[in-house]
Amino acid sequence: MSITDTKPQLKGQNVATVNIFRYDPSTTDEAHYDSWQVPITGSMTVLDLLFYILEHEDGSLAFRYACREAICGSCALYVNGTYRLACKTQLKDLKATEINISPLPHLKVIKDLVVDMDPFWEKYERIRPYLITRDDLPEKEFLQDPADRLKMDDMVDCILCGACYSSCPQCWTDPEYLGPAALVKMNRFTVDTRDQANQERTKIFDNEHGVWRCHTIFNCVEACPKDINQTYSIQHLKRRAVARRFGGK
Amino acid sequence: MPSMYHQVLIVGGGLAALRAAIEAKDAGLGVAVFTRVHPVRSHSVAAQGGVNGALANAEKGADDTIEKHAFDTVKGSDFLADQPAAITMTADAPKRIIEMEHWGCPFSRTSDGKIAQRPFGGAGYPRTCYAADKTGHALLHTMYEQAVKRNIKVYEEWTVLSLVVENGVCRGVIALDLRDGDIHPIGADAVIFGTGGTGRVYGRSTNSIIVTGSGMAIAYQAGVPLKDLEFIQFHPTSLFGNNVLITEAARGEGGYLRNVNGDRFMEKYAPKAMELGPRDIVARSIQTEINEGRGFPGGYVALDLTHLGAQKILERLPAIRDISINFVGIDPIEKPIPIQPGQHYTMGGIDTDVDGATTLKGFYAAGECACVSVHGANRLGGNSLLETIVFGQRAGAHASQYVKGNGRGRPSEDLLFDKLHEVRGRWERLRAADGPEDPAAIRDEMKATMIEKVGIFRDAQKMTDAVETVKRLQDRYQKVHVNYRGRRFNLDLLRTFELGMKLQLAEVIARGALDRKESRGSHARTDYKDRDDANWLKHTMAHHTPGGPRFDYKPVEITKWQPEARRY
Repeated sequence: MSITDTKPQLKGQNVATVNIFRYDPSTTDEAHYDSWQVPITGSMTVLDLLFYILEHEDGSLAFRYACREAICGSCALYVNGTYRLACKTQLKDLKATEINISPLPHLKVIKDLVVDMDPFWEKYERIRPYLITRDDLPEKEFLQDPADRLKMDDMVDCILCGACYSSCPQCWTDPEYLGPAALVKMNRFTVDTRDQANQERTKIFDNEHGVWRCHTIFNCVEACPKDINQTYSIQHLKRRAVARRFGGK
Repeated sequence: MPSMYHQVLIVGGGLAALRAAIEAKDAGLGVAVFTRVHPVRSHSVAAQGGVNGALANAEKGADDTIEKHAFDTVKGSDFLADQPAAITMTADAPKRIIEMEHWGCPFSRTSDGKIAQRPFGGAGYPRTCYAADKTGHALLHTMYEQAVKRNIKVYEEWTVLSLVVENGVCRGVIALDLRDGDIHPIGADAVIFGTGGTGRVYGRSTNSIIVTGSGMAIAYQAGVPLKDLEFIQFHPTSLFGNNVLITEAARGEGGYLRNVNGDRFMEKYAPKAMELGPRDIVARSIQTEINEGRGFPGGYVALDLTHLGAQKILERLPAIRDISINFVGIDPIEKPIPIQPGQHYTMGGIDTDVDGATTLKGFYAAGECACVSVHGANRLGGNSLLETIVFGQRAGAHASQYVKGNGRGRPSEDLLFDKLHEVRGRWERLRAADGPEDPAAIRDEMKATMIEKVGIFRDAQKMTDAVETVKRLQDRYQKVHVNYRGRRFNLDLLRTFELGMKLQLAEVIARGALDRKESRGSHARTDYKDRDDANWLKHTMAHHTPGGPRFDYKPVEITKWQPEARRY
């Protein structure tokens, strides 16, 4: 492996020790951490750091990226013991001279920091993640009161990064559990005044692999880089399920 | 095992691509989407301010019409847009936006429950429909939900490397599965590109890192001309430091631009429209203030929202508040945001008609990778999201019609495998490349050259330098090395492969710009300050040849409005 010729020199700069999880299941190498000394600049993010290593230290590093502004959901990682988006995490905010970067825990590793998100997407698809309408569509838009729109505000901010799913002990132990992100999406549709499928939706989440699997541990809320309250959504769905069982609507 | 085959093969996972896929699927065809990233990661997700359509929902917008929207678009384009195309887009706008609403898009609402609309630059009326300042996110997630509803097959983390062409007809693609590094031939009756712009050819870009322009380059290499690529939009307000977009909606909601003296300098440049002038004019005004010493140290001006009040900022502009707090530690409720212009959008692209059709039969393009042309020399804010949903639908519909009438079924294995061997040969040569040149250094120099020399203000000297530099970088690229030769998720190799395509596009941009001896829209030359309709009211067409682009020109369709001076 050649070290490229434009690598900046480490002189008199702040330097961090970076440890990154490495694993390529297509080889016989065992999973391990590689370490580098990296010069850090004022506003450098974890994503900048990964590109620095890719371009100047080790071209074999694999990670996901796209928007670098915390809206695409590509780069959720486990950094210094916390779920974070690499792109919005500045090194100076970590307040540490040693930085440990791992893929999202409890998901199968494809390579290095890239994990298999298929189980996450399967749950997403299972909740019928789209507006369901029955009546004829109005000629113009559906009218929706701003106060009703506001009820979805928190839920529609989800970027589907998978941090909550990865953090949830119930997801670790019940592979069928829908998990926080899918249930937030579910709640987003149940509170949407335009949606007309509450009956079917309830069947999807009112069962042992649905909302009742949540033990309100709040890991998801803590993990979420967009400050979404997943547990609120799940509790809201639980109330709905109970109300229906007691003959409510 | 026979090669893969899909009737309609969509490349890209953003709004235009998914909208096209939905249309083709609803037409009853076999559809598959090949996308470099999961669809919701596509750059459409980063659009903030909104999507234009003459819905006339706002109190001050009651008189709005699709014709006024078309005129604003044409005037904004500095009269380089094809007027029938602009009219098509604005006429389709209300039904496409309403459709997104019917599909569940969580638009913000007026007090009477309609889709809310806000003022945007260069527009006579508040016609920009929005979902706070996360409109791209709201639209893309809704669009993806509709794709899931239809069970559209998505090949995630696949990237297309080449088209397959037989006797002037597109018959499929050659694509890389990034996860195992294998390259596959895939047959198709029609191929639709919704692959995005080429922002990352430039430094100081607001764009996602994945906006490489590879779709444009692949079409170009297959003989499809690129149109008007020299017209690059510089967004007035990108965050000083990392150039993350700060939406035009910040000004639409009433934000001010101030120089180091605290003056609202836009009164000198666009006394009527002020901060809501079109993007080319506002970006030049900011750059002029900076160049003439009235910027802040380091080279920025202030976007002041402090007078809007906390409530309005929290309700309408929460995302850019988060961005500002997160990346520069400034809460715009309390202090102005430091901003500078940044590369933002590629007006030009793959030459298409209003149905997304190109000169290559069976090959379509829509969205930022395409040039219909509706944006001409300068795009209005809010018209790019619109373009994706309008022309995505139209391309999907037309491609479906084409397949039903002219579908040839599976292409021959010989055709596919001949092309596979050629592309795989190129890929493998690069994988083994062991030259002295560092791809990261070439990429950095290309980006710096383009922003400095083919940027907001251009002249012959700078652009000649840029063309020479790009040529030199292309030579150096021939002697490049890759650092990793493994197959699985080889980002180093893919990015180096894409760098070759970026260098081709950089050359098309710089040469097209150098040749165009006038100032029009985003193309502002200090040595040719005026628009020259007598000689340059025409589209630049770049054709690929082994030695570099060959240029010719195509007339602009002017059917309704004669060019006039642009005053705002």
